[in-house]
Amino acid sequence: MLSSKLTGRRLWIAALVVPPLAFMCLFLVYPILSAFAYAFYEWRGLVRGDFVWFANFHRVLFEYPFSERTLNAFTHNIVVFFALMILQNGVGFLLAYCLWRELWGARFHRIAVFLPVVLSTVIVGLLWKLFLHPLFGAVNVSLRAVGLGTLAQPWLGQDSTALMAIIVANAWHMVGFPTLVFLAGMQRIPSEILDAARMETESEWVKMTKIVWPLVAPSATVVFTLLFVGAFNWFEMPFVMGGIDGSPHGATDVLGLYFYRTAFGSMSASAENFGPGSALAVLIFLFIAVVSSVITLKLRKREIQL
Amino acid sequence: MKRLLLGAALAVGTLLSASASFATELTFWTWRQEDKAEYEKLFAAFTKANPDITIKFEAFEATSYNTVLSTALAGGKGPDLMMTRTYGGIESLAGAGYLMALDETKIPALKGFSQAALASETMRSNKTLYAVPAASQTMLVVYNKDIFDKNGISEPKSWDEFIAACKTLKAAGIMPFANGTATAWQNETIVSALTSSIMGKGFYADLMAGKTDFNDPRFVEAMTKLKEISAYFPDGFVGLDYASAQQLFTSGMAAMFAGGSFELANFAKQNPALKLGIFAAPGLKADDDKLVGLFYDSGFAANAKAKDPAAALKFLHYAASKDFAQPFANNLNNVSAVPGVTFESPLLAKVAELNKNSIAYMTLVHFRYGEPTGSNLIQAGVSKMLNGQMTPQEIGKSMTDGLATWYAPFKK
Repeated sequence: MLSSKLTGRRLWIAALVVPPLAFMCLFLVYPILSAFAYAFYEWRGLVRGDFVWFANFHRVLFEYPFSERTLNAFTHNIVVFFALMILQNGVGFLLAYCLWRELWGARFHRIAVFLPVVLSTVIVGLLWKLFLHPLFGAVNVSLRAVGLGTLAQPWLGQDSTALMAIIVANAWHMVGFPTLVFLAGMQRIPSEILDAARMETESEWVKMTKIVWPLVAPSATVVFTLLFVGAFNWFEMPFVMGGIDGSPHGATDVLGLYFYRTAFGSMSASAENFGPGSALAVLIFLFIAVVSSVITLKLRKREIQL
Repeated sequence: MKRLLLGAALAVGTLLSASASFATELTFWTWRQEDKAEYEKLFAAFTKANPDITIKFEAFEATSYNTVLSTALAGGKGPDLMMTRTYGGIESLAGAGYLMALDETKIPALKGFSQAALASETMRSNKTLYAVPAASQTMLVVYNKDIFDKNGISEPKSWDEFIAACKTLKAAGIMPFANGTATAWQNETIVSALTSSIMGKGFYADLMAGKTDFNDPRFVEAMTKLKEISAYFPDGFVGLDYASAQQLFTSGMAAMFAGGSFELANFAKQNPALKLGIFAAPGLKADDDKLVGLFYDSGFAANAKAKDPAAALKFLHYAASKDFAQPFANNLNNVSAVPGVTFESPLLAKVAELNKNSIAYMTLVHFRYGEPTGSNLIQAGVSKMLNGQMTPQEIGKSMTDGLATWYAPFKK
């Protein structure tokens, strides 16, 4: 009687688990594995040629011009990761702290900060492109209006400012997300701990760094890992604002754009190189999978059970 | 009863087979969804002359067209007839064996086509033609006639006149050029549109003959002049993207746009009140050849495995004839590659006139077959030069060295 009940239960669980599992295999595992396989073949257009072992990997890592572009794009991803760590997660933490302490207008700001996250990346990208328009953009127009016309720049047209401009746009768009996660973490801190802390010190700084920061470690793990994955898969924002070629002259090129351009060709400059493109996809995937696992494990260790 | 059924089955069978042999339906793929109505008229005219063949129009999104097409062809689900791209774009299809090889015995009308047109749809490795060239595009300067008239400017005949015109316009508070270079490929179009006459036919011939490379003083001079005239682009033009640049021109804020003949239809549509003129950017002296940059952008090809090759070939005959090309030019604003076509639109007639004195849009036509492409190199080089980070000589050197990785004549 008991065993048949269990089998029924098992059947029920299996019926629930199998369809999504099959779905995952068909649309996630299978494409990833086939992409792995593609990277080991030579391609003429989209026709598969001979098995070439690691030739495609060698091309993207060590042969001109691919090696140069790979390094350039990878460096930009690293810059993006650290810049967003400060501008998005750092600012997000501070915003969350202010909202949590219920500073003036907290209720309004809680919505205001999160609102841009709901907008589509394409809309935010186009909006910021308009802000940064060299002739009529809000940024340059306001600089000129307050007599700082010399600071007006073609922001998206020079390699010294273009990547940073896109990073700022991205931070503005997404800062609400880490804010929300941190805020949720802070609201979970028991009031006894905070009362105890208040008896020890009046300093807001000490409370923030010694009490709150360690206690929101689980939230930090989540936003850090997601930021890492996001920064190395970055595509939409630079695509909308800098174009598929990483304009100007590769200054905003990142792995995502570079992979797409290499695999499928850029209409206005080059044909498709499907082999090197697949090799790049595999490398990006491996890099993200390995590093984000390490980050997660490391960060988990510093989390404290409440 | 049985007999009756058998008879009925036989009758239906004969009917079906008769109708099958009666009409062949061919599918035609293109990336020009906006041209659907006109193509259907052209196809109807074709069916009138060939009552046993009908053609079905299907369009796909332009930027992913080649990917969609080659995937379909690889899977054996491709169309019978298709619009193809040119140069490297045809090689990826023809090299895989998807396209029917063509020659003058199959399509006699090809005899009249220009060499440059045929080369655009020919695979270099086996020197075989795979598509009937459809249309060309021309790199030139588009200008606003009203602004030129109001400021007493006429089409410049020498480089000095060109610069003087820019100065006059700037003094009058009008942007001489609308061009911006934040969109990468705009760094390449301005080279062909503004400096083809400075490079000159001699440089192009020597380059093709392998007698010179991009370190040539004629190329370096062209880059120097491009830098000089970029002083008359809008403030902060390096941060100005393609769409904004087009708007500056169509809104009448800027007098000129250095670009392709493919802009004309769009400009006229955005602002029908604009009076458009075009000219070839001049060379240094008034008696230098005034050259435009020319390239072909499309063709018509048949599937190597078309279900009715004879019918597909009939369509290509039609596509190479004036019966097709004349409405193709007049109603779809194409500078048709078919010889002897005349143009109703005065602007297109002028483009065709300018085409008589041209050199190839060379980075696109000859240097997109390997990595890094000439387009990669010139786009990056010009962008850096306009940002003050590279000299004209350095662009020439970076192009020569970069292309030497795959372009045999540059290898040392």
